[in-house]
Amino acid sequence: MPRRTAAGQGESPTAQAEARRALTDAVIVGGNRIPFARAGGAYADVGNKDMLTAAIDGLVARFGLQGERIGEVVAGSVLKHPKDFNLTRECVLGSALAPTTPAYDLQQACATGLEAVVSVSNKIRLGQIDSAIAGGTDTISDAPIAVSEGLRHALLKASHAKTLGARLKAFAAVRPSDLAPAPPRTDEPRTGLSMGEHQALTTARWGITREAQDEVALASHHNLAAAYDGGFFDDLVTPFRGLTRDQNLRPDTSAEKLGSLKPAFGTSLSTPATMTAGNSTPLTDGASVVLVASRDWADEHDLPILARVVDAETAAVDFVHGHDGLLMAPAHAVPRLLARNGLTLGDIDLVEIHEAFASTVLTTLAAWEDDEYCRTELGLDGALGSVDRTRLNVAGSSLAAGHPFAATGGRIVATAAKLLAARAAETGQVSRALISVCAAGGLGVAALLESVPGDSTTSTTDGADQ
Amino acid sequence: MSDGYISLVNGGIGGKVAKTLGLPRPSVLRRYTEGATLTAGPVLVLGSTTGTGEDSDIVAQLLLSTGFAAPDLEVHRAVVGTEHVSWGAVVLVLTEVEHPDDLSGPALDLASTLRSLAPGGRVVTISRAATEDDAPAVAAARQGVDGLLRSVAKELRGGSTANGIVLTDDVDLSAPSVGAALRFLMSARSAYVDGQSLTVGSTAGSSSDWDRPLDGRVAVVTGAARGIGAAIAETLARDGARVVVVDVPAAGEALAGVANRIKGTALQLDITAPDAGEKIIEHAVSRHGSIDIVVHNAGITRDKLLANMTPEKWDAVLAVNIAAQLRINDTLMRSPAFVDAPRIISLASTSGIAGNRGQTNYAASKAGVIGMVRPTGKLMSKVDGTANAVAPGFIETEMTARMPFATREVARRLSSVQQGGLPIDVAEAVAFLASPAAGGINGTVLRVCGQSMVGA
Repeated sequence: MPRRTAAGQGESPTAQAEARRALTDAVIVGGNRIPFARAGGAYADVGNKDMLTAAIDGLVARFGLQGERIGEVVAGSVLKHPKDFNLTRECVLGSALAPTTPAYDLQQACATGLEAVVSVSNKIRLGQIDSAIAGGTDTISDAPIAVSEGLRHALLKASHAKTLGARLKAFAAVRPSDLAPAPPRTDEPRTGLSMGEHQALTTARWGITREAQDEVALASHHNLAAAYDGGFFDDLVTPFRGLTRDQNLRPDTSAEKLGSLKPAFGTSLSTPATMTAGNSTPLTDGASVVLVASRDWADEHDLPILARVVDAETAAVDFVHGHDGLLMAPAHAVPRLLARNGLTLGDIDLVEIHEAFASTVLTTLAAWEDDEYCRTELGLDGALGSVDRTRLNVAGSSLAAGHPFAATGGRIVATAAKLLAARAAETGQVSRALISVCAAGGLGVAALLESVPGDSTTSTTDGADQ
Repeated sequence: MSDGYISLVNGGIGGKVAKTLGLPRPSVLRRYTEGATLTAGPVLVLGSTTGTGEDSDIVAQLLLSTGFAAPDLEVHRAVVGTEHVSWGAVVLVLTEVEHPDDLSGPALDLASTLRSLAPGGRVVTISRAATEDDAPAVAAARQGVDGLLRSVAKELRGGSTANGIVLTDDVDLSAPSVGAALRFLMSARSAYVDGQSLTVGSTAGSSSDWDRPLDGRVAVVTGAARGIGAAIAETLARDGARVVVVDVPAAGEALAGVANRIKGTALQLDITAPDAGEKIIEHAVSRHGSIDIVVHNAGITRDKLLANMTPEKWDAVLAVNIAAQLRINDTLMRSPAFVDAPRIISLASTSGIAGNRGQTNYAASKAGVIGMVRPTGKLMSKVDGTANAVAPGFIETEMTARMPFATREVARRLSSVQQGGLPIDVAEAVAFLASPAAGGINGTVLRVCGQSMVGA
């Protein structure tokens, strides 16, 4: 067996790129999302089904897809009611799409939306489908609240009981403490630590300062606000329930305001607590979708092509027993993805790193700049390199927009694709975007998008190997 | 908001009470439904009793021609022997009048039919425009028709209307738009058009399928998220057009709903943006292949007495209601994509004709629209295009539903049909002006106001 390379595969990057080039291109036509709302805010009375249906219907309206049979709709939700087991299919049936459009649910924590894009792109590239809608929805306001394990067992036992006596006996086992509801938890099941506490450990390990984190948060708000003001989201966002912009967005926030907030995570650590509500992303309600297609399908439907999906890589870290932080998997996924495509960070024009916390972005960047980490943990020859901060999250990200878990991937992909198309039109050069999303369970997904020439239907170069 | 009074006075007890007390009794108007007959009954064509009467023959033949596509239409030429007929329409052909004395015969002929006009009946006069080049007696006779029809309109009840078609001197009765205008004014599509004249100024225009006149045409409607704009978008789609619906990004949710109902595409756009025209053209052409019809419906009100007016309120209204239209029209008329007998239809308002207390800014913008369409129409005629305005009166929308109760009730009853119009009534007028056959009607203003007393 050949020694595993940093790309995680045996074949040379060129050979792999050639093999992929033989496939059909999967292109991003556009996207749509509803503005993201704060927990208990504008969408307090609506659920995942309403939000995802609204996101799909907005996309249908933008691209004139009424009554169209799309190859597949793939979406998911992290906080999902058991009754919504077939959530995406139900949303399709409630939408303006043809009811003959198939759908399935997918869930990979915060990476759900991005993984959905990757999944449909692969089907398109293989020629199994020619069009798809990928996305996700999540609500913290309408999250499922379960009954306790004791009550649940009693209810199940009673439902199977054949006599009244047996039924009463089943309920007799219920203790008063069993009557308390079990709200949803985002704690890691294996460590009992919240995501914030996990990230506080990573933040401390990498010595990320409070000021640096607040700076990332400030840039996120300012960039998102500027993008809205410039009309960037006019064809990416459709208002919902009276909300026209992301409810979490604070265009007038300042370093002073962010600096005045009390630490929210890491307060019990020996190091200074640096993570606040301002530089951590709040739980949010929202939904997003992306329209992905083959070039032919887009051309036949007179639809634009913003970018193509080049490749993706998923990584996972052993945050339970190992020494990597919970949200460090993208640090692993990205170098593998770049190597497989013969690229370096310098070849990337736009970098989108999901801002679960400001420090997630900063620890990831620090890891790539760290010679020893890159050698020992990532198996590279040395540091991966630095990301030009002027290319990072240029239209804002989760700190400002909010983060409805499964909806974040679709938001980022649509934003990046539109930015790429604009950049390519401006420079006349092929532009590339790198997307990185961390997720619970020590997961991380990275994806590579590339602009396409506007006047050509031929395939562009696959990576930089030509 | 629905007008409960109409159903009340058309009910058994309510109707009796209203009749006893002499209260207004507005009728339920006859509106277009697919497959319904063109008129509510047979048509009577009356001509000048002094001229040759040839023109009334031509009109009668027009109504019976295959091109008019109303095979079931029963056309009569005389009142005699039709005592029990309930007329769906009476067409009064007065193109040959040369002296006010010539009006006597036809007017009295018309008089003898009014009591046997069917509910939702139509009186349509056809005459020639009075101009400064006419002999004074000819101009007097021609202008006299205007007074006749406006007064007949005020006399009619039962949801019946009277409107006129006015031909300029170089246009004869065979012009495509004469037939189109006649068909529109006789039909249920003109339910809330009353006491108005449509001027046919050229022989431009081409015939088309009357049921789907806009087949193959691409239309853009601004302010289409709700109310009149949504109705216009739906009506243009019903008539066969592929429709791009435009509204401000903040109205996107309702806009998406409209787009999905009519299988169109939604374009979230602030029409006051400098590049709005380019964006509209780009969207229409790239998605639908062309751009043929633009309906400037988007409009805002910022009411204040002029004494209390602020620059923000004045400027915002003028920017949206007229300046944006001018800029978009300039872009459209420069575009090589807008050359196939294109149509511009702008929404004016009776406020722009009569003025309205507290609406100096709004009235200035809407009067501006009326001023704009004349020269714009002239420019458009170079590519067989037209620009016209539609001026709605009191229309039942979310906006008028917010009016104080008493003001709203008065506004509703102060018209010949004694009720507010519906968004569909405005939309029907827009769709008519957008149709290929209306190409000879250019630079005009069509009021859809039920012959409102305001600005009459």
